[in-house]
Amino acid sequence: MAKIQGAVTIERERCKGCDLCVVACPCGVLALQPKEVNDRGYHFAYPANEEACIGCAACALVCPDACIEVYKVIEK
Amino acid sequence: MKREDIIKPENKVYSRPRLLDGNVMHYCPGCSHGVVHKLVAEVIDELGLEADAIGIAPVGCAVFAYNYIDCDWVEAAHGRAPALATAVSRLHPEKVVFTYQGDGDLAAIGSAETIHACTRGENIVIIMINNGIYGMTGGQMSPCTLEGAKTATTPYGRRADLNGFPLRVGNVVSLLDGTCYVTRQAVHTPAAVRKAKAALKKAFLNARAKKGTSFVEVVATCSSGWKMSPEKSNKWMAENMFAHYPLGDLKDTTVEKPAE
Repeated sequence: MAKIQGAVTIERERCKGCDLCVVACPCGVLALQPKEVNDRGYHFAYPANEEACIGCAACALVCPDACIEVYKVIEK
Repeated sequence: MKREDIIKPENKVYSRPRLLDGNVMHYCPGCSHGVVHKLVAEVIDELGLEADAIGIAPVGCAVFAYNYIDCDWVEAAHGRAPALATAVSRLHPEKVVFTYQGDGDLAAIGSAETIHACTRGENIVIIMINNGIYGMTGGQMSPCTLEGAKTATTPYGRRADLNGFPLRVGNVVSLLDGTCYVTRQAVHTPAAVRKAKAALKKAFLNARAKKGTSFVEVVATCSSGWKMSPEKSNKWMAENMFAHYPLGDLKDTTVEKPAE
């Protein structure tokens, strides 16, 4: 069976830490930084569990600040 | 497979819309405006309307929409966006004109302009963000505020006997003969975002084909005004707003009905 692997990049300075991508992700990939903040003082999102990503782009679709870009590879 | 091997241009499946400017949006964290801006930018780009789309910015939170979407914009007086859109689309019939308004702008001070632009069947797209509150001015009651909802001007909840009933603008304009497509969408889940994008695309195609007024109402959240987290706002919207504002197409004259 083909294995799907995805990866997301999050623009740290654009993120406002609204948590919507974390909720939308079906695989529990994303999380908000517990302590670190960006220049605007927000706990930005980051891929905490990046091996689980399937590149479905659910996080990117609901992101209000368009700071997520998604990549996907299908291994045959 | 390593992260570096996946993150390559040829593997990209979702990128930031090309027509969104680099400016960081001024909206609060989790605001639905950002998602709808993104969808409008994607639709304009996909339909190749970059040089032909003219947006009318409202007064309200989305007043700075012209800072974020890279097409031509005009800023209207409060509530007057459909009137201005009428002028622009009549002077430039080859352009695709759309307004982007909130419920306070469109349903309160701009109700006359909205209703008459829809009655005349102007070939424009009206995008309405319905979050049931005046977000920019500090969370006052708007015509679309739900009964019982607490706002700055209804601290004990909206009462129908004192403040009237919440206005379903989509249903009102769907009764007018000039509208060709009236739909109500939301952007709280990935599936809803995809549907909302399809609705916006259809509306822009209708405007380009001069079929009449297309009205896209987006039921949205205002986490600052509602005083909830973005996640909780989405839940509250799904539980309460959708009961009064059910999602789906309210009118579509562009599809031919099967002969009986």
